[in-house]
Amino acid sequence: MNSSFIQINEISKHFGSVRAVDNVSFQIHEGEFFSLLGPSGCGKTTLLRLLAGFEYPTTGNLLLDGIDITSLPPDKRPTNMVFQNYAIFPHINVEKNIQFGLRKLGLSKEQIEKRVKDVLSLVKLEGYEERFSSQLSGGQRQRVALARALVRQPKVLLLDEPLGALDKKLRDEMQLELRSLQKEIGITFVFVTHDQQEAISMSDRVAVMSEGKIQQLSAPNELYKNPQNIFVSDFIGETNFLKASTKTQDGEYINVSIENLGEFKIKNNLNISENSFDAVCSIRPEAMKIDTVKSDWDICLEGKIRQTSYLGEMTKFYVETKELEKIITVSSQHFDNQSFKNNDCFISISLEDISLLDKK
Amino acid sequence: MEQKNNTLLIYTLLYFAFLYVPVLFLPLFSFNDGNYMSFPLTGFTTEHYEEMWSKSNLHNALWASIKVGVVASTVSTTIALFAAKAFARYKFRGQNISYGAIMMPFLIPEIILAVSLLIIWLALGFKLGLVPVTLGHILFCTPFAMLILIARIEGFDFSLEEASRDLGENAWGTFFRVSLPLYLPGIIASLLLSFIISFDEFVLAFFLTGSDATLPMYMWAQMRFVQKLPHVLALGAVIIVFTTLIVLLAFWLRNLGQGKKKAEFGINIHE
Repeated sequence: MNSSFIQINEISKHFGSVRAVDNVSFQIHEGEFFSLLGPSGCGKTTLLRLLAGFEYPTTGNLLLDGIDITSLPPDKRPTNMVFQNYAIFPHINVEKNIQFGLRKLGLSKEQIEKRVKDVLSLVKLEGYEERFSSQLSGGQRQRVALARALVRQPKVLLLDEPLGALDKKLRDEMQLELRSLQKEIGITFVFVTHDQQEAISMSDRVAVMSEGKIQQLSAPNELYKNPQNIFVSDFIGETNFLKASTKTQDGEYINVSIENLGEFKIKNNLNISENSFDAVCSIRPEAMKIDTVKSDWDICLEGKIRQTSYLGEMTKFYVETKELEKIITVSSQHFDNQSFKNNDCFISISLEDISLLDKK
Repeated sequence: MEQKNNTLLIYTLLYFAFLYVPVLFLPLFSFNDGNYMSFPLTGFTTEHYEEMWSKSNLHNALWASIKVGVVASTVSTTIALFAAKAFARYKFRGQNISYGAIMMPFLIPEIILAVSLLIIWLALGFKLGLVPVTLGHILFCTPFAMLILIARIEGFDFSLEEASRDLGENAWGTFFRVSLPLYLPGIIASLLLSFIISFDEFVLAFFLTGSDATLPMYMWAQMRFVQKLPHVLALGAVIIVFTTLIVLLAFWLRNLGQGKKKAEFGINIHE
């Protein structure tokens, strides 16, 4: 496996005064499912279009499998794309759509037929050869777009929010299918999405982007457990932020004073400096315990439930406490809104579940 | 309510009568065997139509108009296609000004256009004839062609062109395999309408033809002789029929793509 299969070196893309992509460098491994995740306008789509060749970088260069592709036009790159709206050619049928990109590959008629047949069975679209785009459902169109790109056997498949237009159930199905398809054919996938759940559940690695920069690049579980900054912590899943300031370092721990709760020793994974007022503590809703009675956990707060939302597999509680400025969110699989008398509750926090982050 | 509907109906009928009755007199009198356009009709004949076959001047004028029309519609549609694509696809500096400049011949009175072309053409030392007429018609037809093509291209999904580039086609391949087939109904509609506009254009032709008459020029010349009037009526009737057919065809083609789009959304709802 080539771990620097795609090299993105100091890439910037400016549109007028807007820095859509701002001096980004990272590498994508061969055969991995890589996601670019971020809110709209974060530069993820621009980065994908730079890889496809629809845009050229303002500065920096791109290497694919050791070859500089920075200034190659899209038709000369060994990449293929699945477009957000699928972009199925409406004037030709499914079979011709899939054959479209084979014309210049110098294949024999038999080879073309075989490739089309194989890819149709791969995406489970046998029997749809004669259909036109207007006669297909959203999910089927997506399969055509996938087949049309894969039939060229690209080194990299680029996917621009391909599941965005599908309804939830179909989207969940396609997530699993895309993932197993990628494992089956072993092609490197670069997947753009704004849906954190989608990125986390499908990818080998995820690059979280905001304002044209990579905020964090790591495996999905790392993103969730060890966010590198406030943006990532906030964007991936749900979390509670508590104001904090650091005191003195003590081994790998640092003394932290958390708003009105007192001073605690917390692991300083991100090397936040001593005596900083720019620290923030992040605690996931499911990491806290909500109960009718007090506990002996590191922190235990008395609170009043202001609102609940029942989500089936769990219930979310929005709890007000005397000590904390903001209402905090706690989720529980054991309790529901019937469990608490007068909405009185106790919230318990273990220090290991607190991640210390830098505000900047 | 009933009353109101009747008023509207009468208004509508009067409007259409005003629009089309005069035009319908042409075919009516073209089958009348008298020399004058007056009632009562004196008898049925097809001799005016037969007469057209023997007029070599008419044939020359028809041929001149077809030549001018074909060249003018082809050139103006080509120019308009590239311009319409640029306007619909890209944002660029001076976009509004250049759009206005191309549309200007719409607003300039035709006679002023004709006079200024005449002056420049002669000042450059060229001879009058079908060439300056064709150039004038290109100028005149381009805004019409632009309007038709912009309407067609504006709804176009440009990611289809990107998809084609992505699938290994260069810019030319993309144009011929994707863009052109999808623009085609608009292009044909533009060709047909430009041809019609050129075919019955009179003012520019009047100033710029010299001795090579186009069909409208020929008809105008014939009108001065009473005995020649009937076959001009016959000619007029034929032109009306052909023009109507071409315009209907052009509109049908223009709407072809739009209808498809609706069907696409319609089918989307299932599943």
